[in-house]
Amino acid sequence: MADHAGVAGSDEVDLSRRKFLTRATIATGAVGAVFAAVPFIESWSPSERARALGAPVMVDLSKLDPGQMTLPVWRRQPIFVVRRTPDMVKRVSGHDGELKDPKSKDSEQPSYADNELRSRTPEYLVLIAICTHLGCLPKQRFEAGELSASWPGGFWCPCHGSRFDLAGRVFDGSPASVNLRVPPYSFPKERLLLIGADEKGVAS
Amino acid sequence: MTVKTATGSAAALPKAGAGSAGKRFWAWVNKRLPVDEFLASQVTEYYAPKNFNFWYYFGSLALVVLVLQLVTGIFLTMFYKPGEATAFDSVQFIMREVDWGWLIRYLHSSGASFFFIVVYLHMFRAFLYGSYKPPRELLWLLGMLVYLALMAEAFMGYVLPWGNMSYWGAQVIVNVFGTIPGIGPELVLWIRGDYGIADATLNRFFSLHVAAIPLALLLLVALHLVALHQVGSNNPDGIEIKEKVGADGHPLDGIPFHPYYTVKDLVGIGVFLVLFALVVFFVPTFGGLFLEAPNFEPANPISTPADITPVWYFTPYYAMLRAVPDQRLGALLLLLAIVAFLFLPWLDRSPVKSMRYRGWMSRSALAIFVVSFIGLGYLGMQPALGIYVIIARILAALYFLFFLLMPFYTSLETVKAVPERVVYHAH
Repeated sequence: MADHAGVAGSDEVDLSRRKFLTRATIATGAVGAVFAAVPFIESWSPSERARALGAPVMVDLSKLDPGQMTLPVWRRQPIFVVRRTPDMVKRVSGHDGELKDPKSKDSEQPSYADNELRSRTPEYLVLIAICTHLGCLPKQRFEAGELSASWPGGFWCPCHGSRFDLAGRVFDGSPASVNLRVPPYSFPKERLLLIGADEKGVAS
Repeated sequence: MTVKTATGSAAALPKAGAGSAGKRFWAWVNKRLPVDEFLASQVTEYYAPKNFNFWYYFGSLALVVLVLQLVTGIFLTMFYKPGEATAFDSVQFIMREVDWGWLIRYLHSSGASFFFIVVYLHMFRAFLYGSYKPPRELLWLLGMLVYLALMAEAFMGYVLPWGNMSYWGAQVIVNVFGTIPGIGPELVLWIRGDYGIADATLNRFFSLHVAAIPLALLLLVALHLVALHQVGSNNPDGIEIKEKVGADGHPLDGIPFHPYYTVKDLVGIGVFLVLFALVVFFVPTFGGLFLEAPNFEPANPISTPADITPVWYFTPYYAMLRAVPDQRLGALLLLLAIVAFLFLPWLDRSPVKSMRYRGWMSRSALAIFVVSFIGLGYLGMQPALGIYVIIARILAALYFLFFLLMPFYTSLETVKAVPERVVYHAH
């Protein structure tokens, strides 16, 4: 101690040096804390098992008659698969003025479903059956006039009253602001639906 | 010197030495841990205003319910099995096969609702007597953090029985985070740990519910109490009793917390426990308000309950969320409705604290606020259709006007003169 003081020629503490060292220590410690937090934060991401169970789902459509709907589950999300009749297809058009996003500009769908019918083929409608408002399961109200005199048929959410047409497009006055989402899907064979994979590969 | 002292106090020394072993042990402890000093400064010589009334029961009652929830929760954890496949069945096991399991579970589930009843009345007291005003701003903020932690605790606890309302309630609330621009969808995936509400979600909520949040709650409650004892309690007159000190250095309008308020609070606890027992033993579901009917069937990802409603203590906020025809704005409104409380100490410009001395504007504003809060709570349990949505919008507007206009009506109104000393009539 005395030696050091002798070398420095003074007993005074170098405060600026001490301040610098304190700050450098805090900064290094903070960086370390951030790195140490990463494993804990990332542990909350979907596990490898959850990801594996989220693999694409094959649905046999050969037993689905026109006008019927089936509700397979993909990635824990129920999926609407509707085989639309020509009449149901017709009822998709004619009410664009009552829709929030008739051209699906703000909505989520693969490029092949970015059309008025929001589907690859006019016949099959494939939608994620989760209300874009807060995640309830909308109910089918396919008949024209079922909800109101001008109702063209579609889906109705029992939780907060969002309404969607037979292409999953949301009506004005619904709490949901975007259309029902379309998952990636493809038809490897006729009457065979693969949810979660298309030409671009498996959904991320 | 030493010899002289020893002889001089010959009569006194043996007496002190012969003091009971218990006393000597206590002195030994106190030399190492300041138990007596702590109890004196915080309890027996902690002076609280002598004019506390009915509204001052709810702080100590909240502590009682906290302990009740901790004890019953610890016991439930011994029998509950988190996990998608086991959670619902283990709750049925507790209800039907564990000796007294039904009682422990009903104490815990009713305790959650009573916690909020007590906390809402405790908060109303602060509104009534201006207890959030300087110098108690931090006390108020810490209390609000307790309230936020309590909401998180209650929400996650409601998911654990894995009934259908647990599942869909979690779905709706977690999806609120999905409305955050940019990171929303990623954030939701991270919170759930799966592509939907799943085993991973249930298990992390369990861990947070039984460990992380209770620890945070205990810490926050401790800080809330430290802050309270630092500034001292407010009172129905909103007068700082520390400003009028007697010759003994104690506030003239203060009385020691023990025995005066410990005894008073015991009476309150007695009455509270009678009411609590009535609910636990006779109406534990409280007609679907404390435990909702859809939660008596297991979680079903492909069947939504007829109407998803949270438990009553969240319904005022839920009604506001649903009243807005845009999901992002709805979520924002929900957030603002809660955050607004934090600004209260700085929105209130009134020169007096207590409603007793405020003008008609403050009084009417508080009355309107209470009506809107209760009204929204009712509407949050009703289907979001037609006239209900319109009323919810009006009440939500009144709710926010209470906060937004506060700087104006509290500074514009004429207030009554506040007396020098607290108003108190000996019984």
